[in-house]
Amino acid sequence: MAAQDTHLVIADRQFRSRLMLGTGGFRSHEALADALSTSGAEICTVALRRLDPSARGSILDVLQAASVQILPNTAGCFTARDAVITAQLAREAFETDWIKLEVIGDDRTLLPDAPELLVAAEQLIDEGFIVLPYTTDDPVLARRLEDLGCAAVMPLGSPIGSGMGIRNPYNISIMVERASVPVVLDAGVGTASDGALAMELGCDAVLAASAISRAEDPVAMARAIRLSVEAGWLARAAGRIPRRLYAEASTPEEGLPEFDEQPGAGMTPRGHA
Amino acid sequence: MIVMVNGERREVPAEATVANLVEELSGPPRGVAVAIDGEVVPRGQWAATPLPEGARVEVVAAIQGGSH
Repeated sequence: MAAQDTHLVIADRQFRSRLMLGTGGFRSHEALADALSTSGAEICTVALRRLDPSARGSILDVLQAASVQILPNTAGCFTARDAVITAQLAREAFETDWIKLEVIGDDRTLLPDAPELLVAAEQLIDEGFIVLPYTTDDPVLARRLEDLGCAAVMPLGSPIGSGMGIRNPYNISIMVERASVPVVLDAGVGTASDGALAMELGCDAVLAASAISRAEDPVAMARAIRLSVEAGWLARAAGRIPRRLYAEASTPEEGLPEFDEQPGAGMTPRGHA
Repeated sequence: MIVMVNGERREVPAEATVANLVEELSGPPRGVAVAIDGEVVPRGQWAATPLPEGARVEVVAAIQGGSH
C-alpha cells in the first residue's frame, strides 16, 4: 500500500484528511463553514462557554452539516480539576468521548502545565475518554502521556496563536520517532510552509486554527494549508535526500569532452552540474 | 427561590428542575451541558433533578474555539 493511500487513524477511527481545523477566531459561522469546506478537515475543535441566550445559531449546525468529528477542548482551564469537569460537560453537550485536553500554565504564553496535564489525562482516561492532549514539544512528556493511554499527542510548534511555526523541529522529530500514537502538530502554525514542515518531520496530522481563521482571506489560506499538509505528507513518504554541506553533482563526470588548451584563448570550460 | 445561574442570581419556582431551567434559557437544549456545585448533571437526569436553593449552576454551550 502506498503511503499516501493510508489514512490517519486515531482511536480506531479513520480519517482521510490530515488537517484538523480549530474553529476559534472566525468572524461568523458562515466564514467557518466556507473555510471548513475548503480545508477538507474531518476533525474540528469546539469550546464550551456559559450559555449566551442571545447567540444566533449554533456552531453545532455548521459542524454537523459538514459531518466532521467534533473534538471538544478544555481551552481556558488552568487546573486538572477544571479540565476534568469541562471534559465531563463536553461529553454531555456533544455526546462524544473525544476530548482535546488543554491545561494551561501561564496566561501570557498559554504553555501547557505538565504536572496538571498528566493528572487530568490519567483521570479522564480512567473515565473512558479518548484523550488528545495539547502538550509541549518535550518528547519525554509526550511519552508519559502516551504511557497513560492518550490516543494521540498534540505538541505545540510554538505558542498558541503566535504564528511562529515550529521552533524546535528536532524535538518534534524525536517525538515522532519514539511515539506509537499519532503526533498532531498543534499551535504555532502561521502559514502553509509550517504545515508542510510538520508533515515532513513525520507528524501524522496538523491542527490549524488562527492561521486560517485570522488570515486576511481564510478560505484561501485553508486551501493553502490543506495543500501544504498533503505536500508535506507526500514528501515525507517519498524520502527526501540527505542534507550535505557540499555540492554533489547531479550530472556524471564520466564522458565529459576535453578541449585542448589554446594558449592565450582565455576560456576554460566551467560548471559541471 | 434563588439560585446562581452562570454567576447571576436568578429567581426560579420552588420545584424547578434542571430541565425547566435549561428550557427557559435556551429552548431546544442542543449542545448544552449543566453542572451544579461543580458536579456535572447528565442530560438523562435533568428532568428528575431539582435545583437546590442557593445552588451554583453552570449552563454551558458550544462556541467556536480553537485553542484558548
